[in-house]
Amino acid sequence: MMQFRLSGSGGQGLILAGIILAEAAIEDGKEAVQSQSYGPEARGGSSKSEVIISEKPIHYPKVVNPDFLLAMTQEALNKYATDLPDEAILVTDSTFVGEIPARFKNVYQVPITKLAKEKLGRDLFANIIALGTVAKLTDVVSIEAMEKAVLARVPKGTEEVNRQALKLGFESV
Amino acid sequence: MAKAVLMQGNHACAEGAIAAGARFFAGYPITPSTEVAELLAKRLPQVGGSFIQMEDEIAGMAAIIGASLAGTKSLTATSGPGFSLKQELIGYASMAEVPCVIVNVQRTGPSTGQPTSPAQGDVMQARWGSHGDRGVIALSPSSVPECFTLTVEAFNLAEKYRTPVVLLLDEIIGHMREKFVMPDPASLTIVNRKKPALPPGEFLPYKPEADGVAPMPGYGEGYRFHTTGLVHDYTGFPSGSNAVTHELIERLHTKITNNIDDIVKYEALELDDAEVAVVAFGGTARSAYAAIESARAEGIKAGLFRPITIWPVPEKQLFTVAEKVKTIIVAEMNYGQYVGEVRRVVCGKANVVSLAKWNNDPITPNELLNAIKAGR
Amino acid sequence: MEELLVKYFRPKLPHIWCPGCGNGIVTASVVKAIDKLQLDQDKTAIVSGIGCSSRASGYLNFDTLHTAHGRAIPFATGIKLVKPDHNVIVLTGDGDATAIGGNHFIHAARRNINLTVVVFNNSIYGMTGGQYSPLTPHRGMATTAPFGNVDRPFDLCELAKGAGATFVARATTYHANLLADLIAKAIEHKGFALVEAITACPVSFGRQNKMGTPANMIKWQRDNAVMVEAMAKMKPEQLEGKFPIGVLHQAEGTEYVTEYQKVIKRAMGSGE
Repeated sequence: MMQFRLSGSGGQGLILAGIILAEAAIEDGKEAVQSQSYGPEARGGSSKSEVIISEKPIHYPKVVNPDFLLAMTQEALNKYATDLPDEAILVTDSTFVGEIPARFKNVYQVPITKLAKEKLGRDLFANIIALGTVAKLTDVVSIEAMEKAVLARVPKGTEEVNRQALKLGFESV
Repeated sequence: MAKAVLMQGNHACAEGAIAAGARFFAGYPITPSTEVAELLAKRLPQVGGSFIQMEDEIAGMAAIIGASLAGTKSLTATSGPGFSLKQELIGYASMAEVPCVIVNVQRTGPSTGQPTSPAQGDVMQARWGSHGDRGVIALSPSSVPECFTLTVEAFNLAEKYRTPVVLLLDEIIGHMREKFVMPDPASLTIVNRKKPALPPGEFLPYKPEADGVAPMPGYGEGYRFHTTGLVHDYTGFPSGSNAVTHELIERLHTKITNNIDDIVKYEALELDDAEVAVVAFGGTARSAYAAIESARAEGIKAGLFRPITIWPVPEKQLFTVAEKVKTIIVAEMNYGQYVGEVRRVVCGKANVVSLAKWNNDPITPNELLNAIKAGR
Repeated sequence: MEELLVKYFRPKLPHIWCPGCGNGIVTASVVKAIDKLQLDQDKTAIVSGIGCSSRASGYLNFDTLHTAHGRAIPFATGIKLVKPDHNVIVLTGDGDATAIGGNHFIHAARRNINLTVVVFNNSIYGMTGGQYSPLTPHRGMATTAPFGNVDRPFDLCELAKGAGATFVARATTYHANLLADLIAKAIEHKGFALVEAITACPVSFGRQNKMGTPANMIKWQRDNAVMVEAMAKMKPEQLEGKFPIGVLHQAEGTEYVTEYQKVIKRAMGSGE
């Protein structure tokens, strides 16, 4: 079983990223549960999307011991890393996250939003770049399943740029 | 077989309604139930049905009763505050015996509470929320696939017993996404309301048959029947008679209690040799599965009794559990509501412990495991 | 009239209304309108709320629905959406339609849904014994306004027009033939149609407001109601205390159920 927490601020597309990750796992024939928590506001505020992927049926749908945390903002890191084990994988968006507690041993600082803006022209591809890092750093879903899941969810006409975003993330770590 | 997809609980509920034959939805947007409305706004017209967003929660309830009386299976969806607003008309549907389904995706309350956080605080509101006395059916799913199957079941019970049926979700189940495989429509049992066998003129719209339920004509079928929320006799017209009042109110209960074996559904897991039984429903049952697995791995004899039908209470089955175990732990995301029912039913046969939590966080498997250990 | 009684009324008489009450005249006008249009009795639903006037549904020989207080219009909305080819007629009172049901009233008008709404306006809550409604005149007397009504009343027809209704008319029980004609026009109209029927409540309104006998209350209707066309020609000083009757507003507008049927066609992929 692998437990993911994707966090940032509302509007960064993290709930969608969680859905895509879970759909990729189902595409790969696994069990997956996605859940989320967010404030009442549609934009801004901290938000997290949690995904559990397993070979066996998943009982409790919330993440208890995260194996992987994505933090797209400093606030999200401060809020959602408190129960993160030292050995867990931590990916931060270095565009917004500066201070990382020293106890974490597997930290990947990737300028996710900066890459999205500079290489793809728009910051809204940041969530797909982040999924590229997930595919690379864990073997829980195949890159093929991830790509298929991404392409099934993105608007028509944006397939190529999303494919690039995924690749960009995959190669950034 | 259909392909496995990732689906949200609220969406599975909407798809279940379509599969059950519902062709009318009226409601008002409210977190965390809105996805039910959003999906039905798209799906209903695709199958020839109608969707309408009304001006308020009360109007949503009124419109589904009207549509159901006219002959179309109907539902609405809401959360705690809206459920409160609908209560008068839920009572109307009970009194006038109009089949309909009310989905309540519970959030933390009272009042506006925590709109995006899970809770199970409407258990008693589902039973006693409307004024007066009436029998109630409420179901509580614990997974996304069960959101689908229990929505179908809710319609079947509503149609069979001519009563509003409450589908009590919580934010955990309503908003989570998990694997779902669309059942083959041919594999589903779909119940439709009984139609009158007698012609207009001879037919009495509220004269019950042996099961306590009268057949129900629709509008435009020539029966020209009258429906009222007033106490009424077999003709459907108001009556001030004490005897009529006594019989009608009693039948609103007995048509459910006399058919309880047909109505109640529950899950019994690892209870045969259990010393500790957990009673949990809805999203809380998910923690219970995990806690019982952990307990069994440690050699602790724990099991789960999950009422799927939470109203009426599966009394007989719960009593049997109480006779065998030492302790029953009632886990629920509220200040302690169902625990009172469990105490009433088990009548001192087992030690009943409340594990209640109302701080927006689900009860965790660890909290439940600790309670199981303490209850040995 | 006996023919109409046999055909359109259930054998449920006597009714609950007090001697001198105008509700019977309004109900008879509804029946005359239905008869004039030769509506299919099995394709006509009568929906009412709570109050004296809302008991009318029980006396009429159609699919009839006596709902909860204030909610006749949303119940009717559900019926109309699933039975688009049925005539759905709402019978309601001034308290039912404009106080507890006021929100539903304005929103049904805004949608321009094809319902015929007949508001029996007796200016008071009659069934509960004479409390003020949103249509009780300012300074009128009511059991809950023992020193005179502080509230200002709605002009119901203006309210409906402002909310988007596409047919708005008013008549009184004195002008019973006009009332029946207006109800017939309202039923024929494709869209939200309001007919305000001014009716006397001698027991709960007339007595408290020193209106005299039931006959005097009907004379008051005769003396103060003026055909809208005639009223336009009157001088301001002649208008004091007068109110217009007739068709007060009629407009073309997209009708809700017709429009939703197009949505169904689009969603089912068969175009418009």
